[in-house]
Amino acid sequence: SPDPLITEVQPYASFLGEGVDATPYGMPIHYEDHVVRRNVEWLTADPISSINFTPIHALDGTITPQGCAFERHHSGAIEMSKDEYRLMITGLVERPLVFTFGDLLRLPRVTRVHFCECAANSGMEWGGAQLNGAQFTHGMIHNMEYTGVTLRTLLNEAGVKPEGSWIYVEGHDASSNGRSIPMEKALDDCMIAFNANGEALRMEHGYPVRLVVPGWEGNLWVKWLRRIGVHDGPMESREETSKYTDLMPDGRARKWTWAMHAKSVVTSPSPQMPIGHGPGPMVITGLAWSGLGKIARVDVSLDGGVNWQTARLGTEPGDKAVTRFYLDHEWDGQPMYVQSRAIDETGYVQPTKEQLRAIRGLNSIYHNNGIQTWYVNENGEAENVEVS
Amino acid sequence: DTLGIGRLALPEEIAAWDVAVMPDGRGLPEGRGNVLDGEDYWIEQCAVCHGDFAEGAGAWPPIVGGRGSLTDERPLKTIESYWPYLSTVWDYINRSMPFGAAQTLETDEVYAITAYILYSAGLVDDDFELSHENFTEIRLPNEGGFYLDDRAEVEFPEFAQEPCMSDCRDPVEISARATDIDVTPEFPVIRFTYSDGSAPASAAEVVEEAEEASAQPDAAPEEEAVQLAALDPELVAAGEAAWRQCRTCHQLGDGARNSTGPALNGIVGREAAHSDGFRYSPAFTDAAESGLVWTEETLDAFLENPAGLIPRNRMSFRGVRSEDERAALIAYMMSHSN
Repeated sequence: SPDPLITEVQPYASFLGEGVDATPYGMPIHYEDHVVRRNVEWLTADPISSINFTPIHALDGTITPQGCAFERHHSGAIEMSKDEYRLMITGLVERPLVFTFGDLLRLPRVTRVHFCECAANSGMEWGGAQLNGAQFTHGMIHNMEYTGVTLRTLLNEAGVKPEGSWIYVEGHDASSNGRSIPMEKALDDCMIAFNANGEALRMEHGYPVRLVVPGWEGNLWVKWLRRIGVHDGPMESREETSKYTDLMPDGRARKWTWAMHAKSVVTSPSPQMPIGHGPGPMVITGLAWSGLGKIARVDVSLDGGVNWQTARLGTEPGDKAVTRFYLDHEWDGQPMYVQSRAIDETGYVQPTKEQLRAIRGLNSIYHNNGIQTWYVNENGEAENVEVS
Repeated sequence: DTLGIGRLALPEEIAAWDVAVMPDGRGLPEGRGNVLDGEDYWIEQCAVCHGDFAEGAGAWPPIVGGRGSLTDERPLKTIESYWPYLSTVWDYINRSMPFGAAQTLETDEVYAITAYILYSAGLVDDDFELSHENFTEIRLPNEGGFYLDDRAEVEFPEFAQEPCMSDCRDPVEISARATDIDVTPEFPVIRFTYSDGSAPASAAEVVEEAEEASAQPDAAPEEEAVQLAALDPELVAAGEAAWRQCRTCHQLGDGARNSTGPALNGIVGREAAHSDGFRYSPAFTDAAESGLVWTEETLDAFLENPAGLIPRNRMSFRGVRSEDERAALIAYMMSHSN
């Protein structure tokens, strides 16, 4: 029978819509209200020192809109104006300096796309399949275009003394979240950012200024950056000793595991994004990234890793940035075990969870980049499973 | 070559912000504090989250214990069992604790609290005093428990192999499913309409589910509406703004739960220490037993000087000086009467 949405004049085809300025700063149309960050309450003691998850299952392309990019705070997101903002460089420098926000805008500027992934992303999955949805298993990541000033430029203004081999970065917030970074990395590709995706950072991402540490764990990306200290060694702060160290089976722990290694996940189909149609053409898609450089290739398996096919990269891979992949597939309506496997330009191949557990055991919390499996049943419903 | 942007930092400015302490003790300010004083500060400032004996409370982390547990199925990572350096303890307390009132402790208080933690960990005796002079003599048990990232040596050779493309393994079986554990928050499933009629759900259902998920609880009962009408809306609004300083520890409104402090819905008119399931300090329980009821007057006195009305209670909060601000806060609390 004819579709009434076509044969009958719809209200929106007859009446008037909203004029300009109805929403001076636009929000997504209300039909997209379900595309939001979500929290897993039992993970932390208090929402002020907690984390939420990017709805990666509902996004496409590579750029994460700021409004749904995951948040991680240690003492809550603070409100600070650009006028109030000060950045200090101290320690082993020729000239300890104070910058205002206005000062920063006078320094040579760069724009770069990078992913920011929490070291604990997928950390709940070490013991087995636990959270049911790509948002929850892999949503502690966002990928944005940052605009700001390189640390090389800033440190050059202060003049690093020869014995200055580390920097220590801290935030303005009550946690301050201090982290030590080797000078080599600081001078290589770190930057401070004041814009993301073209506009000012959101409060929850460190407005007005945050640190960007490409390819390295999100905890280093200090928000509301207050001070860069230049030192001759690491500070061994709370966030780099008691946290963000990886406990191994022998009771010792790896430290300074900064880089996020190659990882990928199929975002659709996935538990929140089932196949709603019957057999026939469909798009399997997901995200891949590596903290060691560019993504070279992504393979997809539909039978749990028995056979693999190489996916099509939907975007030009960027350095330490998220790449989108697509597999155009003819679904036969049979159950699938959907997996993806990222390979980066260094030749590193995303490992299976079994490979990781064999080396790291079950209590290392951080840096779980194992291959994810979604079981898709004949109704197209998807579920987080592990296979043996 | 420099561009000459920025200005020289003044010594007072550097002193205010450059407070970091290194494992070798560089950066420590002069000061001292002993275990017994530390215990008093601990009970006042720390015990509400970390327990009277640093054993942890609720979901907040334990500070001591767990020595020898790092190879267990469920290791207990504490200062005693896991942290490598005492400088980290001192620095973190100094700059980030207590939660919600960071950078309010005096230098000697930080030394004393650190000394109390060392005592609770069984690392010093009860007559111990910690100072900048003996600081580096103290070593934590797990200092040698860390080694540098060796993933490149240990893992890369195994992982960086040309990947297999076909017949890579035996057919798979499901060994674990997230739905068996069932700890995922509820979420709407995204579905679409298809022109071949194969759609099991219409797009409209998605929106419905999404709206359900974010739906507010039912409207307030009539009783509350009456009381709301009697409150000055401007005062309530001012109270909401002032509430910012309270919300770190207290929840108010729909779905309010006990967190660092008790949930405060309906506090005005109730006896003190009324929130079910909250672990009040002995000082608070005593006050309640001697008949303290939260009226506008008693709340005003408490907000002005928490330690004055109930000495040795655990609310680490300096008080609200402004009478107007206190009135606004009380009005705001009254606007959440259940």
